[in-house]
Amino acid sequence: MLQTPTKTVQPLVSLAGVGVRRQGRWLVRGVEFSIAPGEIVTLIGPNGSGKSTTAKTAIGVLKADEGRVERKAGLKVGYVPQKLSVDWTMPLTIDRLMTLTSPLKGAEIDAALDATGIRHLARAEVQHLSGGEFQRALLARAIARKPDLLVLDEPVQGVDFSGEIALYDLIKTIRNTTGCGILLISHDLHVVMAETDTVICLNGHVCCRGTPEIVSQSPEYLKLFGARAGQTLAFYNHNHDHTHLPDGRVLHADGSITDDCRPDDGRPVDILPTGGRAGPMRIGHVHGPNCGCDHGPAPTGRGEERRNA
Amino acid sequence: MLDDFFIRALVAGVGLAITAGPLGCFVVWRRMAYFGDTMAHSALLGVALSLLMEFNLLLSVFIVAASVSLLLLLLQRRGTLSTDALLGILSHATLAIGLVIVSFMTWVRIDLVGFLFGDILAVTRADVDLVWGGGILVTFAIVWMWRPLIASTVNPELAEAEGLQPERTRLAFMLLMALVIAIAMKIVGILLITSLLIIPAATARRFSTSPEIMAVLASVVGALAVIGGLFGSLKFDTPSGPSIVVAALALFILSLLTKPRMSGADHSAASQGGRA
Repeated sequence: MLQTPTKTVQPLVSLAGVGVRRQGRWLVRGVEFSIAPGEIVTLIGPNGSGKSTTAKTAIGVLKADEGRVERKAGLKVGYVPQKLSVDWTMPLTIDRLMTLTSPLKGAEIDAALDATGIRHLARAEVQHLSGGEFQRALLARAIARKPDLLVLDEPVQGVDFSGEIALYDLIKTIRNTTGCGILLISHDLHVVMAETDTVICLNGHVCCRGTPEIVSQSPEYLKLFGARAGQTLAFYNHNHDHTHLPDGRVLHADGSITDDCRPDDGRPVDILPTGGRAGPMRIGHVHGPNCGCDHGPAPTGRGEERRNA
Repeated sequence: MLDDFFIRALVAGVGLAITAGPLGCFVVWRRMAYFGDTMAHSALLGVALSLLMEFNLLLSVFIVAASVSLLLLLLQRRGTLSTDALLGILSHATLAIGLVIVSFMTWVRIDLVGFLFGDILAVTRADVDLVWGGGILVTFAIVWMWRPLIASTVNPELAEAEGLQPERTRLAFMLLMALVIAIAMKIVGILLITSLLIIPAATARRFSTSPEIMAVLASVVGALAVIGGLFGSLKFDTPSGPSIVVAALALFILSLLTKPRMSGADHSAASQGGRA
């Protein structure tokens, strides 16, 4: 194996300036991150912010329209997709589900089912499982094949609160015992936080990123996320230098407007009239370097032209 | 033994049913019933072109059916119409064009009813060889790509992420479908091919606890339907192709009357609506 002397650990996957475009619209753009073995990276962001798209691009299910995605040679992925429904016409027990993409030994299957606490359901058909049981089965399937990289797209959907904590504990245990890298997608920032190494906030682009420690020490964060406020995506304020406008453009702290909030292309294009029409239309928030943002629409295709202007 | 036309029909029919079993399961699991129908209908265009160009019938039908499935893939990518509507257009367009071409060729006399509803009692020794040769090929291919087929049926993205190639699998599956349709045309006819794919699979579902069991059971049910249908057609002097389908239907209805074997039924009630 080739080893670069500057890096001791080769990342499992790394994305540089990655963008995915569909029908002339960028779903995500300018995504940069890498996942090392044993690292948990969490993608957060509102619906339609490109979390799943980013994860799928990272593991090669989608092709990047720009930028580079590099995967370690022979990378073994375990994937829990956001949506998976097995047609009722297919008889599929949990036992059979386990060997869906690769053959496994009986002991490996049992170990994964034990870890997720569903061994007693091994012979149950997946169509008869509850949402939480099914998520556990999918997780068990993904970990049973001992992947280098585990990609979990909203793995706790349909799981009750105590089950959710247990599943996140399990994810942490898997990381600690197997040393695999984990790419986690969630909008439940408050629960994920404690386990994750890097949080990346997406909203069509990387809004902000950082370690959870920094964010969790913020009093506003504790106030809003310390106590659980239900399953809904909480709206919260934190310090940031830009605001997303309803049309997808970005209002910066100095009053300038650009098509993107990346600092390297913060070229002013327009000045917002104070008290003008744009003011009341703001649905964005003020956010900081470690946010879980939940703001407006993704950037439009216009961003490209402006950037080249 | 194969000198008797009835024995030949039995052997060919059973061979086809065994081949169609696993393939039919995928048609049901992937919700491709209408797709199968469309490919089957396009077979008539294949027949017409084969006559027009004096080209091998089997090969011609295979090429047309495969082309239609590729055309559908291309049209789906463009995304202007729903798959449903596209299938409706392709299905009837190919059938109609085939009929129009045939009507132009006044110099050839073809047994249209034979192509539409099959003529299993007229199978030759060569046909029997073809059914079994092709059947073994198709079955071998299905067994060989079983895991990627099942995985991409459950979820193509999952299969792709974990190192299988769902697109290639799908293409291979379509080619196998085209091959089976070309082989089956003479036996049950263009209009009834899909029923031999779907009804045995649907019958097998209620008695199966794994995809593998269902595939094997579908073959068994299909073979029983062929045997039952042929003997029925002999006894009551009914057309053989439709009789086989009626026999398959009878088995399906019988299966509905039996109590389904449900694994994990102990907690099914609580979770029926659990997943959106």
